[in-house]
Amino acid sequence: MTDTASIAPDARPRLPRGVRLAHNEAQGGWVLLAPERVFKADPIAVEIVKRCTGEATFDAIVDDLAKAYNAPRERIATDVGALLRGLVDKRLMEL
Amino acid sequence: MATNGAALPRPLGLLAELTHRCPLGCPYCSNPLALDSRHDELDTATWARVFKEAAALGVLQVHLSGGEPASRRDIVDITAAAREAGLYTNLITSGVGVTDKLIGALADAGLDHVQVSIQDSEATSADRIAGYEGAYARKRALGAQVVALKLPLTVNIVIHRANIVRIEEQVALALDMGAARVEIAHVQYYGWALKNRAALMPTREQVDAAVATVEALRKRHHGRIVIDAVVPDYHARFPKPCVGGWGRRSLNVTPAGKVLPCHAAESIPGLEFWNVRDHPLAEIWTSSPAFNAFRGTDFLPELCKSCERRDVDFGGCRCQAFALTGDARETDPVCHLSPHHDKVAALAVVQEDRDYSYRRM
Repeated sequence: MTDTASIAPDARPRLPRGVRLAHNEAQGGWVLLAPERVFKADPIAVEIVKRCTGEATFDAIVDDLAKAYNAPRERIATDVGALLRGLVDKRLMEL
Repeated sequence: MATNGAALPRPLGLLAELTHRCPLGCPYCSNPLALDSRHDELDTATWARVFKEAAALGVLQVHLSGGEPASRRDIVDITAAAREAGLYTNLITSGVGVTDKLIGALADAGLDHVQVSIQDSEATSADRIAGYEGAYARKRALGAQVVALKLPLTVNIVIHRANIVRIEEQVALALDMGAARVEIAHVQYYGWALKNRAALMPTREQVDAAVATVEALRKRHHGRIVIDAVVPDYHARFPKPCVGGWGRRSLNVTPAGKVLPCHAAESIPGLEFWNVRDHPLAEIWTSSPAFNAFRGTDFLPELCKSCERRDVDFGGCRCQAFALTGDARETDPVCHLSPHHDKVAALAVVQEDRDYSYRRM
């Protein structure tokens, strides 16, 4: 599912306990760490996940990224929605 | 043979065997038959250094294991040091000796994840397998405390003849305990399990039924619990890519500081292991004779080198090749193409109802 409608505008995404974003120089950058699992995080994913603090809403995260990258809000919303949905399905993100 | 650091892959995981002391006596324990004594264990400061060196080498996750890691009085300091080094910290515990107070202190120290083993879904059977009365109840209590602390919980179940018919009940127990993940790990025959092989070995029919059960449970519980399964390799057609390939993805530090490519590597005679007391971890990873002994696939027989699965399973497990053929460079005889596969097939049908040789110091 990559449908942005599946994430509510007022959802406050956050990493569950036991899932952490970490930087490792030797591995060449950022990784998302979870029980027995490791995911390389590309620079876009890092910017999104860093904003998922449990305080900012989905809408606020999209607004912030659209502003920071001077990009069309609609496209950002699609990308962020797809990434978060994928993480939620893998239990790497809570809404 | 690769000795050039730049050409080597970087390890992702470190298995830290903090101690071989353990209150349980599971007859399939993965520790070697010759256990390290408390007197020889690395101290807190050395572990802290090893964790820093591991992170610098690329390691992302540390598995704090044993023995029972909580047998160490400094387990909270060790956990904090691993977390401070930037590592994801996974406690692999029997549950026995981990009080509610201790698990709280570990959570405060930054512990990321807990894996607790269960021996069976029935208390009497579970305690008999563990060789410890009351272990089952203690494990359940720890599981409840882990969940109350909102730490993610994995339940590990080692499968063998005494519990293979209750996989469904054991997965139900893991769900009931609040685990997000369950490992169904068929016994791997090294160390103590090799010693107890005939007492642990399930029948072909039991293994086939177990595989079908796990598939059905995966569908039934999809989205509720992740079920990871380790195949029963004596009954498999192809060997496992042991530890993701020798010296490719992980390393193992023993209680006394020896660094091994896998936990069973000491069963292969003639390998020279280096110790963290004498060498930095990065140097051990790139240059120790044991790590370089079976790196890559050049040493393998033609059967493996010309096989399309060469880079999938790397010819299988070196320790198993040695244990069953006497030559660690052979194709793992679990492979149905191995000229020694008949030995595995013959051993897989040997089931003896006899008492376990419990793992004791």
